[in-house]
Amino acid sequence: MPKKSYRQAINEALRQEMERDERVIIMGEDIAGGMGAPGEDDAWGGPLGITKGLMTQFGRERVLDTPITESGFIGAAVGAAATGLRPVAELMFVDFMGVCFDQIFNQAAKFKYMFGGKAVTPLTIRTMYGAGFRAASQHSQCLYPLFTHIPGLKVALPSNAYEAKGLLIQAIRDDDPVMFFEHKAMYDDEWEVPDEPYAIPFGEAAVTREGDDVTIVAFGRMVNMANEAADNLAKQGVSCTVVDPRTTSPLDRDTILETAEETGRVVVVDEAHPRCNMATDVAALVGQEIFGALKAPVRMVTAPHCPVPFSPALEDLYIPNAAKIEAAVHEVMSGVHARAAE
Amino acid sequence: MQLSRDDLLNAYKRMRLIREFEDALHEEFSAGNIPGFVHLYAGEEASGVGVCMHLDDRDAIASTHRGHGHCIAKGCDERAMMSEIYGRADGLCGGKGGSMHIADLSKGMMGANGIVGGGPPLICGAALSAKQRKTGGVAVAFVGDGASNQGTTFESYNLAKVWNLPAIFVVEDNGYAEATASAWSVSGSQAKRAAGFDIPAIEVDGHDFFAVWEAAREAIERAREGGGPTLIHCRLNRYYGHFEGDAVTYKAPGEVEKVKAEKDCLMLFRQRVTEAGLLDAEALDQADREAKARIDQCLSEAKAAPAPTEAALLTDVYTSAY
Repeated sequence: MPKKSYRQAINEALRQEMERDERVIIMGEDIAGGMGAPGEDDAWGGPLGITKGLMTQFGRERVLDTPITESGFIGAAVGAAATGLRPVAELMFVDFMGVCFDQIFNQAAKFKYMFGGKAVTPLTIRTMYGAGFRAASQHSQCLYPLFTHIPGLKVALPSNAYEAKGLLIQAIRDDDPVMFFEHKAMYDDEWEVPDEPYAIPFGEAAVTREGDDVTIVAFGRMVNMANEAADNLAKQGVSCTVVDPRTTSPLDRDTILETAEETGRVVVVDEAHPRCNMATDVAALVGQEIFGALKAPVRMVTAPHCPVPFSPALEDLYIPNAAKIEAAVHEVMSGVHARAAE
Repeated sequence: MQLSRDDLLNAYKRMRLIREFEDALHEEFSAGNIPGFVHLYAGEEASGVGVCMHLDDRDAIASTHRGHGHCIAKGCDERAMMSEIYGRADGLCGGKGGSMHIADLSKGMMGANGIVGGGPPLICGAALSAKQRKTGGVAVAFVGDGASNQGTTFESYNLAKVWNLPAIFVVEDNGYAEATASAWSVSGSQAKRAAGFDIPAIEVDGHDFFAVWEAAREAIERAREGGGPTLIHCRLNRYYGHFEGDAVTYKAPGEVEKVKAEKDCLMLFRQRVTEAGLLDAEALDQADREAKARIDQCLSEAKAAPAPTEAALLTDVYTSAY
């Protein structure tokens, strides 16, 4: 099977869906680039080149450069979705939700319910998240828990290029508004990606490692850290199951609970801040549903409760990594923290 | 384009139906019969009807907190609207939206909006959709003088101009955003703001149906022909408070009564058409009686309608199984 980068996979999903359905349009700041400028057309294809070539193929009518006006164009995407198009809007960095969140959580997310079921809002918002780029506090956050909190939104977190293509195609075909989170540190990561279009259903986790001792539930880029940790731990005689939920909304509760019940030990890995994030959500789920099966308290590996720092020395400390996950696994294996349960 | 006798009678009937609807809700709210927040459109009817007379189901509008009049003007069913406002199962939105979110997309009514300034970006999207799908449709954002100060509104002016969208922005300036005068809160003027975006603006007396109708005709024709957005600044008055229960302590004594006596849109309309011999008083009186009877019927049926059951609580959150 051909290997493609996360970037190529996303571009391919957009291209194939635009070829399949003329209602699919894409819009965003410099999503083609060069609008009104004397130089090249399709100058950028997005600031990181994700959408490069799409304007050349589909024209400016379906690949719309916008002014820097997130409330305006994200809202326009919502309105277009409610009136017959299937827009894919690019919110360049999820940190910019601060200037357009109303249109997402008060408008798009609620139309169907508020209007008595008569609205469909087939909107996809692609957005970049995550630390590791030395991009500092306003370009590095993992704000997917905020969107996960909102009924009416779906939230996808692909952890590799295969998932990126399949989840994005699902997002575009889905009749509900979907937040599609792309980790900026993964765009060059390669994976086996089929050429033909395929959709990965939402709410179905992937189990990337199978083991008997500990279940590691990890989100987005952290799945790769968890896989690395599990491989290291296997050499030390600790076998781990790794669960990649792929979407936080809907969340595949069954796979999480079944695998957690099998091992009786759970580590949750989430790059978001530690309060009210996916780690606390999964920990609460496990504690509420299978408390009796647990051999140790759930451990959470997350970023700390501070803004994302700029200095490489500090940012490296900030981001969860395989070593931190391995330490957490050793903790749940040690039984030290299991006393209370016994 | 001229208004036929039927057009005129329909316009009057729509305006009168809105007035009866809102007056009835005022009474019902005062009696404690209506849950939640209600914002009434009485006094502003000429704006919604004058604009929406030019629209059909392919055209979209986005409304404000004060959305009942826009709904009726755009052809939403008043009986289902009444049930919605009472939170009944047979409401226009199944009782899940209420007054502030009342909508009917099949009529191109994209909703009243609980967020001030929520509508203009949506209308840019609806206009983009009409343009892209080549339906010939246009999209109209009604905004109050309050929303005219929101960033979303300015962003939408810019986007509508930059993308050359068939969008119309109707600023319904009733003089007060909640309890704050637009004379104080709006710097410059609505028309000058539009000029800053190179968007043509038309200033009209919003009490005068004919002035609104003519301004809307020009704006909507321009939009349908690919000429881009227009702003219409309608100066008008609301007869009730910002919300029901508002004691309106911020207006001058007698302010509303003076408007009612001198500039009421229904009164002005009646004078104009009867003096010109376009409609006779009896036809208008008949329309008044019909509107009253219709709203009485809507009220009694809505009050008797069942509330939604628990089964409805979790439906319609998503399109697919969740």
